Amino acid sequence: MYTELFDSIPFSEAITRVLSKTKTDVEFALDRSASGRAVGFEDYLALVSPAADSYLEEMANLSRSWTRKRFGNTVSLFMPMYLSNECRSSCVYCGFSFENKIPRRTLSEPEIRQEAGILRRKGIRHLLFLTGEEYSKTNLEYIKNAVRILREFFDSVSMEIYPLDTQGYADLIAEGVEGLVVYQETYDPDAYSSYHLRGMKKNMRYRLEAPDRGGAAGFRRIGLGALLGLANPYGEMFKLGEHASYISKKYWRSTVQISLPRMRPAEGDFHQTLPVSDREFVRFLFALRLFLPDSGIVQSTRESSKMRDHLAGLAVTQLSVESRTDPGGYSGGTELKQFEIEDIRTIPEVFAMLRDKGLDPVFKDFDRGFLVGAES
Amino acid sequence: MQPKSDELVIAGRSFRSRLFLGTGKFSSGQAMEEAIRSSETEVVTVALRRVDLESNSDDILSHIDRKKILLLPNTSGARNAEEAVRLARLARELGAGNWVKLEVTPDPVYLLPDPIETLKAAEILVKDGFIVLPYINADPILCKHLEEAGCATVMPLGSPIGTNQGIRTLANLEIIIEQSRVPVVVDAGLGEPSHAAQAMELGADAVLVNTAIAIAKDPGKIGLAFRLATEAGRISHLYGSGRAAVRKSATASSPLTGFLEEENRNVHGTF
Repeated sequence: MYTELFDSIPFSEAITRVLSKTKTDVEFALDRSASGRAVGFEDYLALVSPAADSYLEEMANLSRSWTRKRFGNTVSLFMPMYLSNECRSSCVYCGFSFENKIPRRTLSEPEIRQEAGILRRKGIRHLLFLTGEEYSKTNLEYIKNAVRILREFFDSVSMEIYPLDTQGYADLIAEGVEGLVVYQETYDPDAYSSYHLRGMKKNMRYRLEAPDRGGAAGFRRIGLGALLGLANPYGEMFKLGEHASYISKKYWRSTVQISLPRMRPAEGDFHQTLPVSDREFVRFLFALRLFLPDSGIVQSTRESSKMRDHLAGLAVTQLSVESRTDPGGYSGGTELKQFEIEDIRTIPEVFAMLRDKGLDPVFKDFDRGFLVGAES
Repeated sequence: MQPKSDELVIAGRSFRSRLFLGTGKFSSGQAMEEAIRSSETEVVTVALRRVDLESNSDDILSHIDRKKILLLPNTSGARNAEEAVRLARLARELGAGNWVKLEVTPDPVYLLPDPIETLKAAEILVKDGFIVLPYINADPILCKHLEEAGCATVMPLGSPIGTNQGIRTLANLEIIIEQSRVPVVVDAGLGEPSHAAQAMELGADAVLVNTAIAIAKDPGKIGLAFRLATEAGRISHLYGSGRAAVRKSATASSPLTGFLEEENRNVHGTF
């Protein structure tokens, strides 16, 4: 389990390790990357560190080169679908938090079908479905049923739901779920306990070990991420890099995908104290690309269109589009959003942007024919 | 950049030396002993088919101080999993310990390892309590299978055994080193100290050398040369060699990060 590795270096020490890196360390890392090799973990830390700030352009060039080499000119597009905003956990930064007195809704079968039909007609073939952490309203049977419906519409179905045990994951793989996304939110144990006040999500270790359980169950894709803004970003990047590298080596049949969402406005009165600047943000993405050249890097509509335009193909390989973060949002619009999105462009607009940049927007790169035992 | 302690750890045992020595082909026991001393190796492989474990006066064993050096018996000569497993078990019964360098080489000409039989034997031996170090072709996927089977290292070849051709499997070795969760020992084909240095610079955890030292005019001196080359390669891997100083920065006519200068908007500011 990753927790063994996680425990071996405390979060505070991780921050110190990153901040101890020098320009010489950065130049060494860039040299290794330029020679055609993925950089090692210590090199990655150097690239994450403030010492790399004056090398941003060089990092961008290398990042683009590695992205082209490993992913070609393609950028995958997907859409998220929120099945429910019901949640028993109180996460102070999240609009779905139990404490927030917002209207709650869990989609019924006909509603899931309706939403799926809308997305499919837009040309979407890859879907990510999400829920809050209300296990009784969105229990395993509910999720299985939703997957059966969604598979009628989409080639690839991934999920971002509350953590399950290995058997639960195996059951959903059998139903046809291809990818698992479990963002840790924060890798800082102190911050984690201060932000997650109640509910199952309070159990940090259970969440931390979820990608292991997903890997053991056999997901083809495992998504990891840290929600930047909750804790010291250098500690987050240390632990995220360590985690992603561990997962990719141990569960080597699975593709690792990484996302670095930054905090967005949401319902409630949370005010972050550790924002990440644009320069830092792109440096982190470039460092991840040079460290894990084969990992997909996902960028959501939390970021601006400008940021997304420039980073597509430079480091980012997957984009969500036309996202609604409210259950049933595609069918008629409610006001129950998990957070505010920034890039509100339509699929044709994003498609055209990618084409203009010489990139190839890909809507389908998975086929249900791979899913043995889950044939529809 | 260097870890506090740069020892090699295999199956919980620490080694200061990252040079393993094979014992075949030496002209005499003295020559081998001299090579062991000068190379400062702490792991010596011995072909089980060649040693007489029941005799205290065995030519090879009498030259190895087993208090300081790990004797790593190998199953060379085994043509399939069954033979390798039987050989390892017999050796353990005779006191050779539970470490084994697994070699399954059905091809008598190039002695290339059989990946299927090696994996099969590794699975059996690990379950049987052995610490298994398998000799294999430089196949990254096979390495992952062996790692999952519970092997303590992987030992991919640099080029066919005894050929002294150096590293001909570079692209695959790079992938193996990048992906491995167990130590990677580059084995076979290293004919010059510079080959050992190259393997270590790539990031290998250790190298194994036999022929190049055993048939040298002076095995003691060449053992020393390989030790120094192995150490040099390790240091180079950890610290770089100064190439960074001459690195040319890429300068795009239209900077890729220029958009950050135009507007350093804070998307997440206060809400």
